[in-house]
Amino acid sequence: MEIDKPVSKPSGAEPSRLDAGSGEGSPAVAGSAIEFRLDPSSGVPTYLQLVQQVEHALRLGYLKPGDQLPKVRDAVASLVINPNTVLKAYRNLEAKGLAAGRPGQGTFITATLSQAGLPELTGLRRALSGWVVSADAAGLDDSAIVALFTSVLRDFRERHDGSAGRPDTADGGEAERVA
Amino acid sequence: MNVIEASGLGKRYGGTWALRECSLAIPAGHVAALVGPNGAGKTTLLNLAVGLMAPSAGSVTVLGGLPAGSLAALDGIAFVAQDTPLYKNLSVADMLHLTRNLNRRFDDRYVRSRLDDLGIPLQRKAARLSGGQQAQLALNLALARRPRLLVLDEPVAMLDPIARHDFMATVLTAAADDGVSVLLSSHVLAELERVADYLVLLSHGRVQVAGDVDDLLACHRVVTGPTAQADRYSEGLNVVHARRGEAQVHFLVRTNGSADPVPQGWEAHPVGLEELALAYLREPGAAALPGPARGDDAQLSAAMQ
Repeated sequence: MEIDKPVSKPSGAEPSRLDAGSGEGSPAVAGSAIEFRLDPSSGVPTYLQLVQQVEHALRLGYLKPGDQLPKVRDAVASLVINPNTVLKAYRNLEAKGLAAGRPGQGTFITATLSQAGLPELTGLRRALSGWVVSADAAGLDDSAIVALFTSVLRDFRERHDGSAGRPDTADGGEAERVA
Repeated sequence: MNVIEASGLGKRYGGTWALRECSLAIPAGHVAALVGPNGAGKTTLLNLAVGLMAPSAGSVTVLGGLPAGSLAALDGIAFVAQDTPLYKNLSVADMLHLTRNLNRRFDDRYVRSRLDDLGIPLQRKAARLSGGQQAQLALNLALARRPRLLVLDEPVAMLDPIARHDFMATVLTAAADDGVSVLLSSHVLAELERVADYLVLLSHGRVQVAGDVDDLLACHRVVTGPTAQADRYSEGLNVVHARRGEAQVHFLVRTNGSADPVPQGWEAHPVGLEELALAYLREPGAAALPGPARGDDAQLSAAMQ
């Protein structure tokens, strides 16, 4: 479930027409912060892949309230998928309170799932990378590293909140609403 | 509204029925895939629907009850036949001129802008265009008629992967922008899996499966378990197709949509569109008709508008 690096921020330019003759797999989706991709081998229904990519981008701070999701026709043209699939994904995001349609304009992000800004996340990732390097040097394999992290996180939550963990935002039901 | 409605439709060539007892109703707003092996009757059904031939039995109407082949029906349908027919000795500009003058409605600006985007030169003869460009020319001429229903017979069979991708992008963009309903035939289901949201499966001249893709997938699943218990367990199941090993067996079963728990030692998995279609094609006696819960279909497609 990788998200491409965000393309240039909305430039105000209208997305270019589908250039089907260029031989390019994906026409420009200027004006949208993310571009979708599909993993045909994942077994996850197409609409759900789109939903999960938006949620993933929200968690990582690539998308923030006010950002426009790819226009339906652009997503349809670049992924070559049924328009109803994109509509179903956007409707699902709306039902979760993460996005809202604006008539004649498109669908926009209305909530956030990330608990820190992009710069903070970058710093946290760097610190964690350093820790992973030392864990690796100590001879821990991947599952040992994950187990250790999970255990430390659980201890931390028990000490500080008295709860076993924060609710899983993957379900999206408890998205922090912003005005 | 149904874009195509057939009742007891049949076509006989001499003593052979190419299509028989075909009854189906494809609702508007879908990209519908007409799938089946070679010789299943796909082209016959499409030709009957667009009015290129008359049925030997039954009837077919289009676009909410218009008799197939009537002037009103022809006005709302665009059809691109299997071999992307073009006058090969005419230039692209002459093809535009001809098509504009043969049709009551023709969006010249649309087709010129599309051809410009595609880099198809107006002065070139159709015969000298690449296969992908010829297909795009035929498709865009059809779309310039601003149809409400676009019918495509094996549209991408002869195209390379990029030309296929670009061709389907044009079709789906028209569906997204203008709400054009699409019916396209293919004997390769895999490439339609993400494109089609309605499936009509033809086999040996009969409609074997018809319905909304999400509904069809929701009411089928694969259950896997020990062969020793297979007969006892399968008694209560609606098994479409079984694949038996000596130790393990896979049943593709039709359900009522609810995920009933499986007995201990058995697993249930969701099914993909291609797996579903292949299972039915291997079992000519099985059928899923006329699509599960027609009322739900209508609701779903209304919700998707």
